[in-house]
Amino acid sequence: MGTQNLTIGFLPLVDACLPILAQEHGFAEEEGLSLSFMKDVSWATVLDRLLYGHTDAAHMLAPLAIATTLGRGRPAQPIAAPFVLGLNGNAVTLSKPLAHKVAMPGELRDPRQLGAALKVEAAKAKSAGARLRFGVVHRYSGHNYKLRYWLAECGIRPDEDVEIITVAPPFVADALEDGEIDGACVGEPWNSVCVERDVGVIVLATAQIWRRGVEKVLAIREPVLDRKREQFEKLIRAMRKAGAHFVDPANLEQNSRILSAAQYLNADENLVVRAISDRLVLANGAPPTHFPDFMFQHSEAANFPWVSQAAWLYSQMVRWDHLEYNAQDAARASSVFRPDVYRSATKLTGDDLPAANSKVEGSVSQLTQVGAHQGSITLSQNTFFDRRTFDPEHIEDYLAALP
Amino acid sequence: MKIAIIDESPARASIIEEGLAGLDQPDIHILTRRNGLLAQLEVIGPDIVLMDLGNPSRDVLEEYFAVSRALARPIAMFVDESDDEAITASIDAGVSAYVVDGLSKKRIKPLLDLAVKRFNAFARLESDLKEAKGKLAEREAIDRAKRILMDSKKLTEPEAYGELRRKAMSSNKRVAEIADAVVTAYEMMGD
Repeated sequence: MGTQNLTIGFLPLVDACLPILAQEHGFAEEEGLSLSFMKDVSWATVLDRLLYGHTDAAHMLAPLAIATTLGRGRPAQPIAAPFVLGLNGNAVTLSKPLAHKVAMPGELRDPRQLGAALKVEAAKAKSAGARLRFGVVHRYSGHNYKLRYWLAECGIRPDEDVEIITVAPPFVADALEDGEIDGACVGEPWNSVCVERDVGVIVLATAQIWRRGVEKVLAIREPVLDRKREQFEKLIRAMRKAGAHFVDPANLEQNSRILSAAQYLNADENLVVRAISDRLVLANGAPPTHFPDFMFQHSEAANFPWVSQAAWLYSQMVRWDHLEYNAQDAARASSVFRPDVYRSATKLTGDDLPAANSKVEGSVSQLTQVGAHQGSITLSQNTFFDRRTFDPEHIEDYLAALP
Repeated sequence: MKIAIIDESPARASIIEEGLAGLDQPDIHILTRRNGLLAQLEVIGPDIVLMDLGNPSRDVLEEYFAVSRALARPIAMFVDESDDEAITASIDAGVSAYVVDGLSKKRIKPLLDLAVKRFNAFARLESDLKEAKGKLAEREAIDRAKRILMDSKKLTEPEAYGELRRKAMSSNKRVAEIADAVVTAYEMMGD
């Protein structure tokens, strides 16, 4: 049998890296697979192309995959996510005037202290009749949920005390410059673009909000996954190899160059390398700040689709869409993440494979060896900044306890 | 029926507008700028919004349709699941159509069909143009390669072309590709 082809949709963001590198470094080829890519500029279009068969799989916001399955905003279509493309990798960038009031430009401040200072400014702005306005990339995005989680815990009600609107990533810098927004939560390289243009200051990494927050997934229509199961398992193995290559510091420059190319991110290589190396320049002219795990794409079985992660996203959908908790929806949302597929793809490869499919999220505060089917997995800190933990068996209690 | 066409390419927008002009009493509004997009839409209060799939403001627009109370009636891309065939055709053509709730299918269908036809026509126009430009560039490369061979190997023009053609056939490539290779090699070797 010859090489099989899969077409993958993506948005030009650094965390689209694994499928791209799987193709570019020949890991896909080793599996007898060839990948073609379809680049788009809005999540709506990435999703439409996936649903209408222009692509076989897509780089997708994890909450959007769940929202699509639950039929939020359009007729339900079942999506499967057998592979997490990465954890975190986003940041909060504030306009320069606001950053100078609440942050220490050039440093990442403690989330609580930053939030407390921001609360003061948000209240001032609100009483002056113009609430602070934040941009996120999509209503159903990890960006939106992590920003809201942080704000709410700091006593800033996201829908009452500030305003959160959707801004396309390429326009975040313009919107900050024009004063259309006061801050944004967006992926790379767009925070760095704001810093480079000196229209914003990076003040917080989403990894500071949730150290191991799930971000993009590989999204596939369920019937397509069933039909092309073998190809997708090959793709998963190829992306695991690409991940190992990606996190090796020796390959930094090479990978930045590939990802920055016109057909992929079409970005400044010098900005891309900052995200990949976890060394962001936070304010124009400042030296790079090393924040380990800013992006987290490979170790500690980072690509394993823990169903507890999907359940957490569902909890936030209930919280911010003001839905009633529904056990059936919770189960449906959790089932979007498909550890069974990940397992069958990586068994016999010797790759790290956890024993469980679900865990209490945010419960690991020191290096912890966890049960593994194969390989050896030591999880490091995965806490939320407020030290709450999320037990997927008790979503209602969790929601009741949140501010 | 109020129709808003959101397109950053004024050329395409006017081609679509022209296509829809044949409808019964169309009230067409064209929006080509990103700034103030939502405010303009609010003023227009459209029954149908057409937007190309390549527009980066799609997520912003969908969010607006999802939460805004400004428009009198909710608007969505998928009013009715039975529209699936029409929607597939529109996605294939590269256009998304958002329709207010309650607008009858009888009125949507012909409009969407026209929009799809116009989008496809524009795409063909673009690819023709691209092809023409490509052809022009190819011809230039072939001319340069012929000149290089004529100068360096003291060949006549037909002989130079014959050389390119022979090489192309023996290596299973197009003449333009061989010409490109000759030009590149020549540039790398210097004068």
